[in-house]
Parts: sequence; C-alpha cells; structure tokens
Amino acid sequence: MRQSRAIEIWVGIFVALGFLALLMLAMKVSNITGYVDNKGYEISAAFENIGGLTVRAPVRIAGVRIGRVSGIRYDSDTFQAIVSMRIDARYNRLPLDSSASIFTDGLLGENYVGLEPGGDEESLKEGDRIEITQSALVLEKLIGQFLFSRSQESDQ
Amino acid sequence: MITQLQHLGQWTLKRFERLGRSHLFLLRVSSGSWGVLARPGLVIQQIFAVGVLSLPIILVAGLFVGMVLALQLYNTMVDFGAEQSLGPVVALSLVRELGPVVTALLFAGRAGSALAAEIGLMKATEQLSSMEMMAVDPLRRIVAPRLVGGLLSLPLLAALFSAVGISGGFFVATGLLGVDSNAYWSQMQANVDLFDDIANGVIKSVVFGMVVTWIAVFEGYDAAPTSEGVARATTRTVVNSSLAVLGLDFILTALMFGDNE
Repeated sequence: MRQSRAIEIWVGIFVALGFLALLMLAMKVSNITGYVDNKGYEISAAFENIGGLTVRAPVRIAGVRIGRVSGIRYDSDTFQAIVSMRIDARYNRLPLDSSASIFTDGLLGENYVGLEPGGDEESLKEGDRIEITQSALVLEKLIGQFLFSRSQESDQ
Repeated sequence: MITQLQHLGQWTLKRFERLGRSHLFLLRVSSGSWGVLARPGLVIQQIFAVGVLSLPIILVAGLFVGMVLALQLYNTMVDFGAEQSLGPVVALSLVRELGPVVTALLFAGRAGSALAAEIGLMKATEQLSSMEMMAVDPLRRIVAPRLVGGLLSLPLLAALFSAVGISGGFFVATGLLGVDSNAYWSQMQANVDLFDDIANGVIKSVVFGMVVTWIAVFEGYDAAPTSEGVARATTRTVVNSSLAVLGLDFILTALMFGDNE
C-alpha cells in the first residue's frame, strides 16, 4: 500500500510537470496572446506592391504593435494588393486620414505595416479603407535605380 | 534457383504475416483497452515505470540539446547579425522536430526495450499462459495498461523536453553569448504559432508514443519463449521503433509543414 501511494504521488508530480511544460510552451513560447484579444476591428488598405509582407505580420504605429495583418488578396480590377488588418479594440482612435506604409524590420527582418496618424477628427471604423499608402521598398528596384543614376553621372 | 526464389517468397510472406499479426494484435488490445478505465491503478503503475523513470534522461538530454543548439546556431547567425532570431529558431526546431523525435528515440531505448523484455520474459516463464489458465486475459491485464501508459507518457515527456531545451537555450544565449533576453522571448512569441507549431508537435509525440509502445509490446508478446528470443525481441524493438519514428516523422512533417502558405 505504501509503495503504491509513493508511485501515485510520483505519477501526479510527473503529470503536473508535463502539463506545466505544455502550459509554458503555450503561454511563454507561442503567440497565444494574439488569440486572446481576437476582438477588435478590421481595416484595409490597397498597396501597389507589398514586397514580402505575409499574413500575421505586425501592424505598428509609432513602433508599437497594435494589430496583425489578417488577410492579403489581389484585386484584378485595380491591379493592387488589398491588405486587411485586424486592429486591437483598445486602439480605437486612429484618425481617418492615417496613412499606411510597408517597412522592413532591420535589414533582414520581416516586413510589417506601419501606420502614420493623420489629423482627422473622425476615427477609423470596422471595414474602413486607408486611402494614403506607400508600397514596400523592393531592394532590387533601389539597386537598379542607383546603378542607373551612377551610369548617367559617369556619362556626363 | 527455384529454391532461392522459394526462400525469397517464404521470407516475404513471413514479413507480411508478422505485420498482419501485429495489426490484429493492436486491434485486439485497443478493443480491450477500454477495460483499463475501470482499473486506473494499473495504468498509473505503468506511467510510473515508463514516464517518471524516464524523466532524468529526458530532462538532462533536453537541457543539453537546447544549450548546444543555441551555441551552434549563434556562431552561424552572428555572421548575419541575426542573433536576435536565436529564440525562434531554437524554439521552432525543438517544438516541431527535436522534442518529439529525440524524446521518442530515448523513450524507445529507455522504456520500449524494458517493456519488450518484461513481456517477453513473462512469456518465457509462462506467466502469460498461467494467467490465461486463470481466465485472466493477459492482453487486458498486461498489455493494454502498458500501451495506454506509453501513449500518455510520451507527449508529456516531449513537452518537458522542449520546455527544458528552450530554457537551456535561454541560459546559454543570455548568460554566455549576450543575446538580449527580451528579444529571445518576444521574437519567439512572434514567430511560434500555438496551433501550427505547438499543437502539431503534440500530435507528433502522440503518434510516436503509440507506435513505439505498440512495437515494444508486440515484440515482447511475439517473442520466442527463450532467453535468446527475449534478447532478439529487445533489439528488434529498439531498431524497429527508431526507424518507424524517423520514417513517420518525415511523413508527418511533410503533411503538417509541407504546404506552408
């Protein structure tokens, strides 16, 4: 009897430890916080070129993450990419004339959408479209432009 | 020439017969395994034998795998100035691959071989047939609790392996290599997905737990009732379950992560 009680205690410790590890993986390692505040509102923006932007990339304002990219689709009428973004409900005072640009986090980091607040009194609401956008900087294009301007300089 | 062909045919048929027998065995055990719910004491004893007693090797292995991973990856990543990404890379490789796979391999060596030897010896000393004489079904009394115990233990062990490994990587990265501790965790949280990565890792470890214990109890139950037969069954358990884990891992990885976006 004594033996079996000790075994049961050990198994209890083992199972508790195992679930604790799972909990740590869920809470500390993964993005569970992204699922908790799933409320919020969705806005969209049209870009000429989104570069390497992916779904679930962060949306930032003043460097602070306020939401995530929730979907990317291609509009075949305007030849633009429509990026929809889910913004956390607590950030509900973004001016209507805010502008959106796609930036890269560091030289090799992931792409994210950066919002610049405008001066409008009204705020963005569910389903609104951001009108002023700036495309991603494509490195190859920049290098191409640079080389082109250099070769023009040397011609003169 | 004909005899050679006959040998080949015999060998193939034997293989298939054994494969078929193992599946019938699994079917019979799992149809009897609902009975273990009525006697959880048996399962608890098995979780102790295969789970708790495997803890030291799993924890130590996890810690060192995580630390070595951080150390090695840092050397490469620092060349690209990407040492901030150390956290997600360590976490992803542990949670997706190394946690389930290395745990299953260690589990096959530590617990699977013991299971096969135990059941094989029971058969060799005719304990199983004397149970049948007493109208006790050895599949329900002996095999089913071991199968359920292994199935429950391996996912928990794999989760512990990953958690300890990530912490080990953290200590090496921040203490030894000078990576910012906030960057380690926040980059990790930004890149590891609860469902895509962690849940799939858990599914993997459940599958591995099933396969490793199944092979172990079948090899033991099917062993020739001699000391030589038990030795062969033990060897075959470790070899076959390791191969099965590695092969299945490829298939599962291809299914889970193959069509990303």
